[in-house]
Amino acid sequence: MTAFTNTEQPDLRSTGSPDPQPAGIGRASADSPDRPRAISATTSDYWLTLLGSAIGSLGLVWLLYERILPFSGTIGFYICWYVAYLAMFTVVTAIVHKPTIVVDRLWTALITGAAGFVGIALASTVGYTVVRGWAAVHHLNFFTESESAGSPLTSPLTVGGILNAIVGTLIELVIATAVSVPLGIGTAIFMVEVGGWFARVVRTVVEAMTALPDILAGLFIYTFLIIALGVQRSGFAAATALSVMMLPIIARTADVQLRAVPGGLREASLALGATQWRTVWRVVIPTQLSGLATAVILGMARAVGETAPVLITSGFSTYLAINPFVNPMNSLPLAIFTAVRSGQNLFIERGFGTGIVLLALVLILFATVRLLARSKVARR
Amino acid sequence: MTTLIDLRPEGSAPEPDDAPRPIRKSLSAADRVFRWGTTGIGAIVLVLIGAVGAFLGYQLFPTLRDYGLRFFTENQWNPQLNVLGISSVLIGTVEVAIIAIVISFPLALLTALYISEYAPPWLRGTMVSLVDLMAAIPSIIYAMWGLFLINPHALYLARWINEYLGWFPLFHVASGDPRAPVFNLGVYGSSPFIAGMVVSMMVIPLACAVMIGVFRQAPVSEREGAYALGSTRWGMVRTVVLPFGRGGIVGGTMLALGRALGETVAVLLILSPNFDIKLRPLEIGGITTASLIANFFGEATSGQLAALLAAGFVLFAITIAVNTVAAMIVARSRSGALTEI
Repeated sequence: MTAFTNTEQPDLRSTGSPDPQPAGIGRASADSPDRPRAISATTSDYWLTLLGSAIGSLGLVWLLYERILPFSGTIGFYICWYVAYLAMFTVVTAIVHKPTIVVDRLWTALITGAAGFVGIALASTVGYTVVRGWAAVHHLNFFTESESAGSPLTSPLTVGGILNAIVGTLIELVIATAVSVPLGIGTAIFMVEVGGWFARVVRTVVEAMTALPDILAGLFIYTFLIIALGVQRSGFAAATALSVMMLPIIARTADVQLRAVPGGLREASLALGATQWRTVWRVVIPTQLSGLATAVILGMARAVGETAPVLITSGFSTYLAINPFVNPMNSLPLAIFTAVRSGQNLFIERGFGTGIVLLALVLILFATVRLLARSKVARR
Repeated sequence: MTTLIDLRPEGSAPEPDDAPRPIRKSLSAADRVFRWGTTGIGAIVLVLIGAVGAFLGYQLFPTLRDYGLRFFTENQWNPQLNVLGISSVLIGTVEVAIIAIVISFPLALLTALYISEYAPPWLRGTMVSLVDLMAAIPSIIYAMWGLFLINPHALYLARWINEYLGWFPLFHVASGDPRAPVFNLGVYGSSPFIAGMVVSMMVIPLACAVMIGVFRQAPVSEREGAYALGSTRWGMVRTVVLPFGRGGIVGGTMLALGRALGETVAVLLILSPNFDIKLRPLEIGGITTASLIANFFGEATSGQLAALLAAGFVLFAITIAVNTVAAMIVARSRSGALTEI
């Protein structure tokens, strides 16, 4: 029937099975020995087994869970369905296939299920925020008015917005970036290009500080700047706290990126007589420019969503504040936090709307990183 | 035939001795500026962020002077009576982090396996981007999601676990009798279990990204070898990819643990503060170091502020230890060679 005549193959098939018994014993007659086993799992038999088990287990679990046993709750239903599905899928596969294949398919189902679960969780996070926040965010005044335009608790959604929080976040982000980018990139260049024992010390400390819990950055600035030095709770204090968070992240990411520059490029430049400064400026940095930009944007994306340091240092205000040094300044994460803490439905809807804006901001930063990374790949 | 032939034209003067070009040992002025400048920046950064760590560590002294070693054994944090201690706080921090890891470890591992081994190749890049995006979503968004969407549903899951597994001390809920005439939902919400669930969402992408990176490095020759021996896909994964990626699995999980220990906002919003030492994660109430700081920094006196900073320093020390071990494990696993042309 087939052109393949390999008859000595089956004994090696059991590599993947935890079952010590060699696969195929007792069922060897089920498929003729001279046909190679299909490696691809996507036969119609596979898909039909999968579909049948899914529908069958849904029916069974619905009957048991909703009608016979005294259970309730949505999450429990889905968990029971998945477990019943796995059991049914295993049994149905075991009717026609060898244990090796049953184990393989069971793990495929488990792994795909877990990945699907994480995907659903991610989609539900984004989707839930968008659905709940849409009512607030689709009014134009949400972007053009400050919270002080009306009471966030009682005014309808057509009055008042989060302009002050958007402006506050942008101002804090700009200050924090302006402080931490030169220092972070400079440190990375020092660690990679100059080296020596001191660079190792700096690298160790920088790596340790990436582990700093975000709230401690805020508490440090609060104690040091606000209590001890008497600086007002303000956008500037918040930006300082954000810099303390961002600096190690940028330095560390840039360090990794710069270390990826091939040593041969540096040596070629030095061999042509360039000084070390010119080598760094004309060869190392241009080679890894997009990588450095990625480091900066990763730091920004992290800083823009930080709630804990801002909560402690910036104070809270519903008025539009432009000067970061004098008055409390609101920001997007803080506005969300305040809204959620209020427990008032109208305010919470505004909080979700603010969440959409924050998510959009993170997405924009994230997409920029991706585009930069892609342009780097394309150039190579 | 093997003698050297002088190719110089007849009669030309012999060249002077072939002295090597003098090599300047000292750097040029520009290089000296560059080196001193970058070293200066490095020193500034070292002082700045080193000062943060040193400042936090220094706070242990006034704290231990004021509150003594009872600071580590006392479980109440009562600013009015000035009785401060972090034993319940530390236990709560570790409890929430461990719950987060227990939930996130299997999900992160299986998702990483799916993306690296099972996903169709054209989808792989997108999925890696999605994992990175998941890591970039601010924790306050996960906190809202957990508070408004997960908390109301997870109540029933907690009740179900308590009803059928409540004989096991960890799953017991005091005053949560599932057969009580009036179903007391309140005791199941805002628990370390639900907080840990939400934190697990934040740490899954961290662990997952590390694991994907290591799994993709599993050598093609060994994969092909496993297939050539007749292995199924799972057989190949079990015998090649998982042993190869063991370092990444452990390291990624510990990295996730480090992040879970320090998470603030989600825990602050979901967990209702309670200073009793009770290992009943399904029951309402608990406290972590980060939520302690966020709850109490506002009204703290200077001595109490030092105590808060000291509590934070203990958390920081634990996180650094976990991260360092994680970095060592990841670095020791078989990974790619250096980049050279």
